[in-house]
Amino acid sequence: MRYRKYPFIVGFLILPVGLYVALVIWPYLQTFGYSLTDWNGESQAMHFVGLRNYGQLFDDPVFRTALWHNVLLLVFLPLVTILLALFFAFMLNVGGRGGTSGVTGVRGSSFYRVVFFFPQVLSVGILAVLFDSVYRPDGSGLVNGVLVKLGLEDPNHPFLWLSSPSASLWCILSVLVWSNVGFYLVLFSAAMQSIPRDIYEAALLDGAGRAGTFFRITLPLLWDSVQTAWVYLAILAMDAFALVSTLTPGTGFGGGPDHHSEVLSTYFMRNFQFFGKSGYACAMGVVLLLVTLVISIAMLRVTRRERIEY
Amino acid sequence: MITEEPERSGRARGGRGGLRDLQRFGDGGGTLNAFSHGFLAVWSLLVVLPIVWIVLGSFKTDNEIGASAWSTPTEWNLGSFVRAWTKAGIGGYLLNTAIVLVGSVFLTMLLGSMAAYVLARYEFRGNRFLYFFFVAGAMFPIYLALVPLFFMVRNLGMLNTYQGLILVYAAYSLPFTVFFLHAFFRTLPTTVHEAAMIDGCSHTRAFFQVMMPMARPGLISVGIFNVLGQWNQYILPVVLMERQNGFQPDRSMLAQGLANLLLQQGYSGDYPALFAGMTIAMLPVLAVYLSFQRQVQSGLTATAIK
Repeated sequence: MRYRKYPFIVGFLILPVGLYVALVIWPYLQTFGYSLTDWNGESQAMHFVGLRNYGQLFDDPVFRTALWHNVLLLVFLPLVTILLALFFAFMLNVGGRGGTSGVTGVRGSSFYRVVFFFPQVLSVGILAVLFDSVYRPDGSGLVNGVLVKLGLEDPNHPFLWLSSPSASLWCILSVLVWSNVGFYLVLFSAAMQSIPRDIYEAALLDGAGRAGTFFRITLPLLWDSVQTAWVYLAILAMDAFALVSTLTPGTGFGGGPDHHSEVLSTYFMRNFQFFGKSGYACAMGVVLLLVTLVISIAMLRVTRRERIEY
Repeated sequence: MITEEPERSGRARGGRGGLRDLQRFGDGGGTLNAFSHGFLAVWSLLVVLPIVWIVLGSFKTDNEIGASAWSTPTEWNLGSFVRAWTKAGIGGYLLNTAIVLVGSVFLTMLLGSMAAYVLARYEFRGNRFLYFFFVAGAMFPIYLALVPLFFMVRNLGMLNTYQGLILVYAAYSLPFTVFFLHAFFRTLPTTVHEAAMIDGCSHTRAFFQVMMPMARPGLISVGIFNVLGQWNQYILPVVLMERQNGFQPDRSMLAQGLANLLLQQGYSGDYPALFAGMTIAMLPVLAVYLSFQRQVQSGLTATAIK
């Protein structure tokens, strides 16, 4: 076994490690350095300015607005998505109890599972274009078309979903929820299926109702998956670039109207590619990392429970 | 007859009261089922309606689209698809995406499994360190690297090239691929590998001819994950595949090309072609997903849970 072992190890690792260090680790590290300079990206000239960029960030009202919007997404995206996914998964796996056949999903559950997962395979860029047509500001958009048809809206004054200051961020949130519920439904389903049936049957015989079984059995046994889902969704909520930059109005990667749907990623890209403030954008990247780390660690700590073995 | 026995005795253990409880529960389930089916049906409609609506829209004329959301196509011609393919360049975007994805998924899988294999099955100094070094990369947001990455790719002269994006996709997919395959290679039995070594097989040959075939299920799961992940990528192509000047060929990825069409709609205003382009972009994935939905779902959940 030891014969020519080291040349083999080195030979197999050199390419992956080389590529990874060059294109992932090195840029990550460089960002910290650049964030301390006034580099504009184009010229070689850069001056060390210490923590000035960071100070400026927290005086920047657009940055604070963007951060606040990310926080809103961070709270509502996981909450809504997980609640819907849990509800649907429960229905599909243990919700239907026809007669005495025991614990099963409602009829047609495999059909629902396939359909609900659809949006997950559409690329996020395609989603953006799709929902631009759905939210179109005149009666020809799908949402307005339905509302007009139902008589809930005046066809001559349709609601301007994406350019409404109060609605645009929530429109983005609903697209995010729409596209992610299916995936977490399938994730929770997989976890639910690994729960032994007899636990449910025992609860049934003891007279537990649906709500009782859900809160006393399903949820506690699913806690690990819920936690994982929460962290993934939080990471997603810190991004939202594709949707905001294509769906909302505004020069330089959307974020409008008047910054009402601005998120960190779009403001980052505007500083980097339109204003040429590379050093400033790097500082923003570092803050984004810190927020993500703090949120993930906090989530994992707050939701930590004793692991239930079964 | 014998096969029915366990179930019957199980039910008997519940006694008559238990049976009645089950019955009562089943009845309650009837009304609740209508209620829950309602929710499920509404959500299905919410998922399917926009997709069907777009496909229908690609057959309409521009006036029909502008008139009302409920107008139906008067005739089923494929003109908008032809315009989308030739004039709007969807065909080219599809080809760009295919080239990059084939290259990057192949490279990701090859490099990822090589690194994971060595780290999982060979003892050497710095093994643990390298493993954590790899896995740590999955925790950072892409925005942290974006600015230096752009200038690095530019200095290499690889902006708006296939090989540039392929290398970047592969590099950023490595952490998760290594993490997952590392766990997978550890579960494989050592005996087959040892037998091959005794027969005079080299380390490299043992990897390609013995271990890779054995790791097939794991490779498929990670492969699906990488295909979907890279197909979903948006920010990297927007930054790295933007044309630097008018003389460069348009190497936009599909989603990026569609988004550019959308942002330029103000000038051309050909909505049926845009809808047709979206249909072309959506239908292949939906078709592939429908034929392999079981593998896609189990592959993705397996990678997510691990």
